[in-house]
Amino acid sequence: MGDWMTVTDPGLSSESKYISQYTSETKMSPSSLYSQQVLCSSIPLSKNVHSFFSAFCTEENIEQSISYLDQELTTFGFPSLYEESKGKETKRELNIVAVLNCMNELLVLQRKNLLAQENVETQNLKLGSDMDHLQNCYAKLKEQLETSRREMIGLQERDRQLQCKNRNLHQLLKNEKDEVQKLQNIIASRATQYNHDMKRKEREYNKLKERLHQLVMNKKDKKIAMEVLNYVGRADGKRGSWRTGKTEARNEDEMYKILLNDYEYRQKQILMENAELKKVLQQMKKEMISLLSPQKQKPRERADDSTGTVISDIEEDAGELSRESTWDLSCETVREQLTNSIRKQWRILKSHVEKLDNQVSKVHLEGFNDEDVISRQDHEQETEKLELEIQQCKEMIKTQQQLLQQQLATACDDDTTSLLRDCYLLEEKERLKEEWSLFKEQKKNFEKERRSFTEAAIRLGLERKAFEEERASWLKQQFLNMTTFDHQNSENVKLFSAFSGSSDRDNPTVHSRPRQKKPHGAPSGSPVCTSKLTKSLPASPSTSDFCQTRSCVSEYSSISVLNTTPEESKPNQVGRECTNQKWSVASRTDSQEACCSGCSSTHADAHIEKDDLP
Amino acid sequence: MHASARSPDWLRRSSSVTSGRGGAVAAGWVSRSWGPAAAMNFSEAFKLSSLLCKFSPDGKYLASCVQYRLVVRDANTLQICQLYTCLDQIQHIEWSADSLFILCALYKRGLVQVWSLEQPEWHCKIDEGSAGLVASCWSPDGRHILNTTEFHLRITVWSLCTKSVSYIKYPKACQQGITFTRDGRYLALAERRDCKDYVSILVCSDWQLLRHFDTDTQDLAGIEWAPNGCVLAAWDSCLEYKILLYSLDGRLLSAFCAYEWSLGIKSVAWSPSSQFLAVGSYDGKVRILNHVTWKMITEFGHPATINNPKIVVYKEAEKSPPLVLGRLAFPPPRAAAGPLSSTESEYEVASVPVSLQTLKPAADRANPRIGIGALAFSPDNCFLATRSDSVPTAVWIWDIQKLRLLAVLEQLSAVRCFQWDPRQARLAICTGGGKVYLWSPAGCVSVQVPGEGDFQVLSVCWHLSGDSLALLSKDHFCLCFLETEQGVGTAFGQRGDHT
Repeated sequence: MGDWMTVTDPGLSSESKYISQYTSETKMSPSSLYSQQVLCSSIPLSKNVHSFFSAFCTEENIEQSISYLDQELTTFGFPSLYEESKGKETKRELNIVAVLNCMNELLVLQRKNLLAQENVETQNLKLGSDMDHLQNCYAKLKEQLETSRREMIGLQERDRQLQCKNRNLHQLLKNEKDEVQKLQNIIASRATQYNHDMKRKEREYNKLKERLHQLVMNKKDKKIAMEVLNYVGRADGKRGSWRTGKTEARNEDEMYKILLNDYEYRQKQILMENAELKKVLQQMKKEMISLLSPQKQKPRERADDSTGTVISDIEEDAGELSRESTWDLSCETVREQLTNSIRKQWRILKSHVEKLDNQVSKVHLEGFNDEDVISRQDHEQETEKLELEIQQCKEMIKTQQQLLQQQLATACDDDTTSLLRDCYLLEEKERLKEEWSLFKEQKKNFEKERRSFTEAAIRLGLERKAFEEERASWLKQQFLNMTTFDHQNSENVKLFSAFSGSSDRDNPTVHSRPRQKKPHGAPSGSPVCTSKLTKSLPASPSTSDFCQTRSCVSEYSSISVLNTTPEESKPNQVGRECTNQKWSVASRTDSQEACCSGCSSTHADAHIEKDDLP
Repeated sequence: MHASARSPDWLRRSSSVTSGRGGAVAAGWVSRSWGPAAAMNFSEAFKLSSLLCKFSPDGKYLASCVQYRLVVRDANTLQICQLYTCLDQIQHIEWSADSLFILCALYKRGLVQVWSLEQPEWHCKIDEGSAGLVASCWSPDGRHILNTTEFHLRITVWSLCTKSVSYIKYPKACQQGITFTRDGRYLALAERRDCKDYVSILVCSDWQLLRHFDTDTQDLAGIEWAPNGCVLAAWDSCLEYKILLYSLDGRLLSAFCAYEWSLGIKSVAWSPSSQFLAVGSYDGKVRILNHVTWKMITEFGHPATINNPKIVVYKEAEKSPPLVLGRLAFPPPRAAAGPLSSTESEYEVASVPVSLQTLKPAADRANPRIGIGALAFSPDNCFLATRSDSVPTAVWIWDIQKLRLLAVLEQLSAVRCFQWDPRQARLAICTGGGKVYLWSPAGCVSVQVPGEGDFQVLSVCWHLSGDSLALLSKDHFCLCFLETEQGVGTAFGQRGDHT
C-alpha cells in the first residue's frame, strides 16, 4: 500500500509543479528567462544543440536556413518568420519580432518537454524500485512456500513413521499377548504336569510308605515298646472310659456346647455393641431434635408443607422417645423407626445447614454492595453529625442558662422581678424552707463535731508527748541493761517461747537461734538491731525471741513516726497501759496490724525468713 | 534428645544400664541397676546345649539340657532341684502341662525318656525302634505322648496311665501339622491321603475322631487353632496364597486369598482374643482378618523407608566409649587393655525419613529371604510385632487399636527372635549379640548381658510371670530378672487395661 502511495503521489505533485512553473514562466521577464536558460544549459544536451546550431547556420546560408526554419516552423504551426509581403515582387523581409516570439515559444516548449521528461524519468525510477520490491517479495514468498512444502513433507514422513511404529507396537503387543498366553498355557500345563507328577510321586511315595509301614510295623518289632516303672494316674484322677457310641455322642454334644458357648458369647458382645450404638443413635436423635426444635417455629410460620409434616413426625418421635421400653426392643420395626427418624432429621439438619450456608454466602455477597447495610463511612458521618447536633444543643442550653441567670440577676435587682419570684408556688416555697432549716441544723452539728475533733487532737498531741518521753526512758533503761541481757539471751528465748505457747515443731528453730544471735549482740548498736529486725519481724508469736521484742519497739516507733494520724496511734495507747512483758506481745501484734497496712513488704520478708530458719 | 522427651524413664534407665556394671545383689547375681524404679539382675551363666531351656508351665522350675543331662532348677533361686541322665544327647525337651513330667526326645536313637519331678526314681522310656522318631510332644493332659515316626508314617500315642497305644495314620509332613486347642480338649491334625489334604479333629480325652474333612488346598502347610478353640486356620503352602477357616464342627467358615500367581503365606498368628488373624506373606505385607466376617481389615506394608513423623524409629547406634580425660594412666592398666567384649550401643530416636537396611533377595534360590518371617501379638492384643525377612535388622511394632505402625526398632544386626512378655506389652528381642533388647510402649532399652567373655543371645524365653527372662546362647544360658516395682508396674500396667 505504502509503496503504491509513493508511486502515485510524486506524479501528481510533479504535474502540479509543472503547471505552476508553466504559469510563472509565461509571465517571466526576458532576464529571468535568460537565467532559466543558464540553468538549463547545465543539461548536457544544450551544448549539442549549440553545436548543432553552429553547424546548421553559417554566414553563407543565412537566407536558406531562415527560409528552412520558416518552413519548418510554419509546418509546426508557428507564425511565419517573414513579414507579410505587401507585394509579390518585394522580397520577404525577416520579421524579427516573429523570430523572437518563435524562439521564445520554442524555448518554452523545450522547457516543457524537459520537465515532462524529468517527470517521466523519476516515475520510471520509482516504478523500477517498486518492481524490485515486488520481486523481492515474490522471492521471499516463494521461499516460504518452499520451506512449508518441505515441512509438510517432513511431517507426513513422520506421521508415516509413527504409524509404522504404532503398527509395529501393535504387532509387538499382540506378540506379547500371545507370548503371555503361551506362557500361561505353559505354566498351566506345567502346573498340571507338576501336579500330576507330584501325585504320581506321592502315590509312589505312599506305596513305599505303605510298604515300609508293613515292613516296619507289621513285623513284630520287639524294640517298639515302652518301659515304664509304673503307670501313673490320670491328670483328672478318673479312670479311662471305654469307647462306645455313647462317648461319641457325648463328644459331639460337648463340641456343640463349646461352639454354642462361643456363639453366645459373640452374640452377647455384638448385642452389647449394638446397644451402645443404639444409645449413641438415640442420643444423636435427641440432640438433633433439641437442636432443630427452636427453628421449628419459623418454617411453620412460613407454612412450608414438607418441613411441617416432617416436624410433626419429629414430635411424634420425641413422644416415642419418652417410652423407654423401645430401648430394649431390637425388632425390625423399632429399628426401622429409629433409622428412618434419624434419616429424616438428618435431612432436615442438612437442609437447614445448607440454608444457613446459603444465607451466609448471600450475606457475604451482599455485604459489599447492598444498601441495606450501612457502610462504615456513613456510620461515621452520621455519628459526627449527631455529635455536632449535641454540641449545638449544649451550646443552646448554655446560652439559655446564661440568659436565665442574667434574667435572675436582673430580677434580683429589679422590683418587678419580685413578682416573678412570687410566682413560685406556695408549696414549693414551704418545702424550700424546710430544707433550709434542715441544712442549717446539719451545719451546726458539723461545727460541733469539728470542735470536738480539734480538742481531741490537742489531747492526743499531749499524750503522744508523754508517751515519747516514756519510751525514751524505757530505751535508756534497755540500753543500760544491754550488757546483762547478752549472756541471758538463751534464757530469754526459752522464756519467750514458753510464754508464747509455741508448738513442738518450733523447738528446733528456738535451739538454732542462739547461734545466730551471738554476732548480733556484740556490736550492740541499736540501729543495727532495728535495721535487721525490721526484716525479721515474726509472723506469729511462736517464733518470738527477745531480740524481736526490741525490734518491735523500734519498729513501733518507726510506725508511729510514719503514721501520725490519731486513729492509728490509738491502739498504741492501749498497749502502753499493759505490763512490760505483755505489752511487748500486744504491741507487737498491734504493730503487726499496723504493719499489715503500712509495710506489708516487711511482713512478707519476715515470713520468708521464718521459713528459711529451720 | 527427642527420645528423652518421649520416654525419659526408660532411656535414663537404659543409659544407666549400659554404662556401668553393677554389683552383686544376691549370691551369684550380677546386677545392673535399672534406674530408681526397676533393676535388671542377671544370674551367672549356666551351661546349656542345643538351646534346650524351658520354664515349667507353672513357672516354678526351669529345665535345661547339657549334652545328655537334664537339669531342673528352681526358677527363682536357680538351685538345682533334680538332675536326670538320659541315654544320649538330648535333642528336644518338653514339660507336661501339669509341670509334673518332662519329656526328653533323643531323635537319633528313636528314644523318648520321660522323667517325673515328684518321683525322681520314676522313669519311662519309649523306644520307637526301627520306625525312627522325628517329633515328640505331650498331649495337653500330660499323660500321653505323641511320637511321629520317620517319614511321617504314623503318630503313636503312648499313654502313661494305661498300656494302650493308639496310632494315627497318614499324618502330613508339614510345617505345623499338629495343633491342640488352648483348653486341651481337641487335637487338629493335618493329613494327606490320596494326594488330598485332610484335617482330622480328635478328642484328646479318648483319642476319638470327632471330625474328618478335606481341605481345599494344594499342599496344606499348617494349621492353627484360634485361642478360643472354635476356629481352625489352615493355610496352603507358599506356592499359593490361601487361608481357610474352619469351625470346630468342620464347616468352612471362610476362605481368603489376597493375590494369585505369587509366593503366598509365610507366617500366621492369632491374636490372644481370637479376634484377629494376622497373615504374613511373601509380598512383605501383613493382612489382618477379623473374626466376624473373616474379611481383611487392614494391610500392613513394610516399606524400607519411613516417612511418617508419627512413627518412632529406634535405631541402635554404636557408641564409642567416652574417653575420660585425665584418668588415662600410662601404661594403660591391664583390665582396660583387655579386649572389649562388645562395643557399647544404645537406642537413638532417628528422625524421619529413615531408610532401613534392606537385603537383596537371591531370586534363584529356594526359600528367598523375603516376606514376613515372624509375627506375634502382644498378650493384651494391643500390639503386633513383625519381622520382614528382607529387612532383617528391624522389628516393626504395630498398634492394633489404631491399626497403624507405631514404632520400628532397627538393630545393628539381624533379629534372631523376639517374644512378648506373657503378662504385659513388653517385647524382648535378641540379635545373636551380647545384648537383649526390650521394648514397651513407654520406650525401649538395650541391655548388655554382663559376664566374662561373649554371651551371644540366640534366643529368649519369658517366664510365665514376666518377671524373668531366660537368655540362651550357644552353650550357656542365664536368667535376667526384671524387678519391676510399683512405679514401673503401673507404668506398664496402663496398657493392660485396654483388653
